[in-house]
This record gives sequence, structure tokens and C-alpha cells, in this order.
Amino acid sequence: MRFARGGGRGAPGVSAGGGMKSRLILFVLGLAVWAVLTWPPTARACLFGPPASLLAALLAGEMFVRRPYALKDPMRYAYFALYLPLFVWECVKGNIHVARLICHPDLPINPGIVKVRTRLKSETGLAFLDCSITLTPGTMTVDTDPDGGFIYVHWIDVKAVDVDGATRRIVDIFERILVRIFE
Amino acid sequence: MNEILGMASIVVGLAFELFGCLGLVRLPDVYNRLQAATKCVTLGTCGIMFGVFLTFGPTAAGLKALLCIFFVVLTAPVSAHAIARAAHRSGVRLCPGSVVDRYEEDMAARGGDSGSAG
Repeated sequence: MRFARGGGRGAPGVSAGGGMKSRLILFVLGLAVWAVLTWPPTARACLFGPPASLLAALLAGEMFVRRPYALKDPMRYAYFALYLPLFVWECVKGNIHVARLICHPDLPINPGIVKVRTRLKSETGLAFLDCSITLTPGTMTVDTDPDGGFIYVHWIDVKAVDVDGATRRIVDIFERILVRIFE
Repeated sequence: MNEILGMASIVVGLAFELFGCLGLVRLPDVYNRLQAATKCVTLGTCGIMFGVFLTFGPTAAGLKALLCIFFVVLTAPVSAHAIARAAHRSGVRLCPGSVVDRYEEDMAARGGDSGSAG
């Protein structure tokens, strides 16, 4: 089985310069996280932050951003800002639904693993979709088949067994926006 | 004012943690339990952290709480995904009341080599 690996797949436009850019982005992000973590800046924190970020950037920087050019498009950030409230709303709504199922004396669950289709191709986009599905209660990603464009989703309350029906209910709401962010 | 909102957020978070734990006890199989354990608990933890942030404001503790939300949201679904996949691959069946298992069907159609990678 080759599910959910796809290490050497895709990644157009990766060049020698791409790895360097990716390292630089990770270094800056690492510094930012470090700054937030140790907020009132002290001498000790300032001394250890940069070397730690540098080490992380050197070790893992290569695989962090595969398509640096995609980061320059402002529309992607705009759609991401649109995506966050939608995601939080779906998450809260679904949580209440599952809480109701759990508290119901008869436990009216209807579980199963369904197969859904996705149009997303990029690894980051797929990862975001998987995590969104998992964090929206009632659905949880079990495996991804990036070559076929399918995701296997465990659904606590199955409402549609066929691929199209399940796709419409689980994936579409996120995918509409994610396509514009990550593709 | 912020303190009251923070307290409300913490209470809501705790309620979701409780639902998560209830689900862990009541639901039948590993997949359903994972659902309760990852999601209700993730939202609950985020609620508590956000309450801490509202109470303390943008101070050292508040910013750390925000950072915790970020990392919990980032890591919880990945671990749930990994556990669910590992469980299915090592042969854990869905509970008897389940309606459909497309993953099992597709694995069988591909030659049933679900145990070996590569």
C-alpha cells in the first residue's frame, strides 16, 4: 500500500533556491514562536532563541515549504481569514451535535467508514482538509489516498453511504475555500 | 468584564471535556471513542485556554495559552488520524452496529496486503 505517503510526489518548482527560502521562513517563524513563548524578553531567552531556531531550520527546513511562491499571493491569506471563522463555527456546531448524541440515553449512533472524493492535490491542502474533517466532530479521517483523490472518513452518524452524498455533506463546505488557499 | 467572559469560556470548555470523557466511556468501539476523545476534548481544552487568555490578557501567561491552542489544534487531529489508521491496519473491526466500511472494502480489493507497508 502506498497510502498517505507521497513523499516525492508533486512539488513543482522546487529548486536549490527553494530549500534555502524554506529554511529562512522556518527560521523566522521559529523565532516568532520563541518570542511569544518567552514573552517578556530576557537576556537568556534572546541568547537561546536564535540558535534553537537555526538548528530547527537546518534540520527540518527543507520540507517545510515546498512552494515558496504560493506564499506571495495575498488572496490566499484573505481566503484563509475567511476559512477560520467558518471552521470554528462548524467545529462548535458539530461538537454540540456529538455531545447530544453522547448524552442521549439510547446512544443513537450510526457509525461507519465512508469514502469521499477531493479535488485537492497539494500536500498542505490535503493535510488541512484531513485535519479539518477530523476536528469537525462526527467525522474523522482514517486514511488518505492522494493518488486517487479519496479520503476515508469515519462518521459517527452516517447519513449517506455513497461517495457523492458523503462528499457533499463532509467535504464540500471546506473544500470550496481550501481550493483557493492551497492550489 | 474580561474575567467574567474568561470564566464563562472555562466553564464551557470544562463541559465539553466532560462530554468527551462520557463519550469515552459510553461509545462502543475504538473509532467512536477516538471521536469523542479527540474532538470534544480539543474544543474543551481550547475553551479553557481561551478563558485563561481572556482572564490574563496579553501577558506572559495569556500568550502562552494562545500558543497552546495553536499547537493543540495542530497536533490533536494528526494523532487521532494516526491512531485510527494504525487501529484499522492492525485489524481492529468496527463495532457490530456499523453500517458501512469502505476502507475495508478497498483494502480487500487492492489485494488485502493491509498489514505490510510498501
